[in-house]
Amino acid sequence: MSSESARLRVKTWICAAVVVLANVFGNFFLKKGMPADLPTPWSYITILFQPWVALGVVLLILWLMSRMTLLSWADLSYVLPVTAVGYVLVALAAHLFLAEQIPFKRWAGIVLIVAGVALVSLGTPPRTHKPEAGA
Amino acid sequence: MKWIYIAIIVAATTVGEVMQAAGMRRHGEIRDFRPGALRRALAVLSRNAFVIGSVVAMAVSFFAYLGLLTIAELSFAVPVTAVTYVLETILAKYYLKEHVNWLRWAGASLVICGVALVSL
Repeated sequence: MSSESARLRVKTWICAAVVVLANVFGNFFLKKGMPADLPTPWSYITILFQPWVALGVVLLILWLMSRMTLLSWADLSYVLPVTAVGYVLVALAAHLFLAEQIPFKRWAGIVLIVAGVALVSLGTPPRTHKPEAGA
Repeated sequence: MKWIYIAIIVAATTVGEVMQAAGMRRHGEIRDFRPGALRRALAVLSRNAFVIGSVVAMAVSFFAYLGLLTIAELSFAVPVTAVTYVLETILAKYYLKEHVNWLRWAGASLVICGVALVSL
């Protein structure tokens, strides 16, 4: 029983890391390739072929897939706060690589997010019940 | 225009993610990560109404997000869309019937406060 819960914990952390990193870099590359204006509905489609935007889209697809995998065993109310650490990394990437100015209030918010993440992920098991076999 | 984009993103993401969780819960835990098994899982999931609905909602959210990114900073756009946390934790409890204990409520509340500060 305890080796089952240890297996699930390791699997959960690996999968959560993939979810977070794919999300952070997906968003980053999307913004990096985004022009200041998308004037027509057609430009929403053509921008998907801009190289940075395309890379961002690929990473966000990986994000979606890895997140669905994680949700196949973990509660949504566990996954949401744990993957919130991505907000910190996105702000850092925006500051370091896109030269966005981040005021004190934003950094304070980031500290609160980390505290919330720690509270949820350290205090509770990844799921509250076993799903029925088969389904 | 900025807030119209944000409203569309929040509504579509909330609906999409709750449907995704419901669909994956119905499918059950993915244990086998070999390519053949993953392909079979994908084939089963592509006939799952909740999963299909969630993909449509996520697509709507994605194009609204592209629009938001043209006019907003990344360090604003990403945190502001986390308004979905409030709605999703509530839906996790009342629609998905997850047991949201006080630690999860406290953690989610802290995350929400942090996200609010970040987006100010």
